[in-house]
Amino acid sequence: MYAQMVESEGNRGDLTAQERAFQDRIDAGEKIEPKEWMPEGYRKTLIRQMGQHAHSEIVGQLPEGNWITRAPTLERKAILLAKVQDEAGHGLYLYSAAETLGVTRDELFEALHSGKMKYSSIFNYPTLTWADMGAVGWLVDGAAIMNQVPLQRTSYGPYSRAMIRICKEESFHQRQGYAIMMKMAAGTPEQKEMAQDALNRFWYPALMMFGPSDKDSVHSEQSMAWKIKMNTNDELRQKFVNETVPQAELLGLTVPDENLTYDEQTGDYSFSEPDWAEFFEVIKGNGPCNRERLQARRDAWSEGEWFRDGLTAYAEKSAKRRAAAALAAE
Amino acid sequence: MTDTAKPRKEWPLWEIFVRSQNGLNHRHVGSLHATDAEMAINNARDVYTRRKEGVSLWVVESKHITASSPSAKGPLFDPADDKTYRHPTFYDIPDEAGHM
Ligand SMILES: [Fe+2]
Ligand SMILES: [Fe+2]
Repeated sequence: MYAQMVESEGNRGDLTAQERAFQDRIDAGEKIEPKEWMPEGYRKTLIRQMGQHAHSEIVGQLPEGNWITRAPTLERKAILLAKVQDEAGHGLYLYSAAETLGVTRDELFEALHSGKMKYSSIFNYPTLTWADMGAVGWLVDGAAIMNQVPLQRTSYGPYSRAMIRICKEESFHQRQGYAIMMKMAAGTPEQKEMAQDALNRFWYPALMMFGPSDKDSVHSEQSMAWKIKMNTNDELRQKFVNETVPQAELLGLTVPDENLTYDEQTGDYSFSEPDWAEFFEVIKGNGPCNRERLQARRDAWSEGEWFRDGLTAYAEKSAKRRAAAALAAE
Repeated sequence: MTDTAKPRKEWPLWEIFVRSQNGLNHRHVGSLHATDAEMAINNARDVYTRRKEGVSLWVVESKHITASSPSAKGPLFDPADDKTYRHPTFYDIPDEAGHM
């Protein structure tokens, strides 16, 4: 998922009457809308989670942006461009939704740039070949979908609406990725090898997207009670593996896991856990591309400053001009 | 890096409304930041109508919207609770009267 290990502001101890009434509304499936009373912890946890999610969408443009100028055909280039543009849109939906909770866009950017807020660990891995565009769409967007579909039912109205909008667009993302994989897997032996290599490199990082195993997971009960988190990490990971393994088989590719077995009884695959030590290193900032990704965001922000300022100055000037013209016309 | 000495002026927030097709109301879809109305329209086109979701856009600077307060929900909307006679189903009319 795009929001990993979001620390929840627990409401420990007894609920006040107001908190009880709030929880009752959530239990009854009511949506909470901006400006309505909410526990401070609910507000803070949501800002953290939606902010992290928004940052992931924006930083997530970078690994794919890497291939826009090198796409093998004009059609592939147009598709990738559209996909990456969608991710910018997802970031914007989520930032706007987070802003309804009283945080400003600039505060969120500042928190990203200073490293105070995180984005998904997955975007700290490099995209080395064109096949990675296939693997990212298929696996990374696929894993994101697992998490985003249930979040359409989240309790916070603006978040839920943003998720509904995002989910409508994600299916295209996953399908265009899988289509790239199909093409490569059915291509020359070298192309098929590239596809296999991409799967090998992205499989475990994709599994990490769901966050640590439930047994080691930060306390998520409160977030689940608030319906900010809809499923546990392991539930979603299992669902992802169950859906993805047959898709790999269909491609004629091998999931890089010797322990992968199918249980007829449960219908679940059992699989190897990713290397959690690696995950925590990436979260700490020591993944292969952490520095590069964050620097790219900081540079985009600072190098765009003159442009943002110019637009602000222009808007102010034309507003003054309009006011003067209106006055003259009187 | 961001410079903290100079207080940055954030672009104003705009609420975006999209008419999905003629014959339907404009509907609120979300918000975005823009320096002026023209830019808000252009950005709204890119953010909210990439897949032919609309045929017309309204943009309104958020600060111009006055919203009813959540605490006014009761006083404003509860009085309708006991006025069931405003609904057609309140009246028992014999079938023989035909469609009514
Ligand atoms: Fe996305
Ligand atoms: Fe996506």
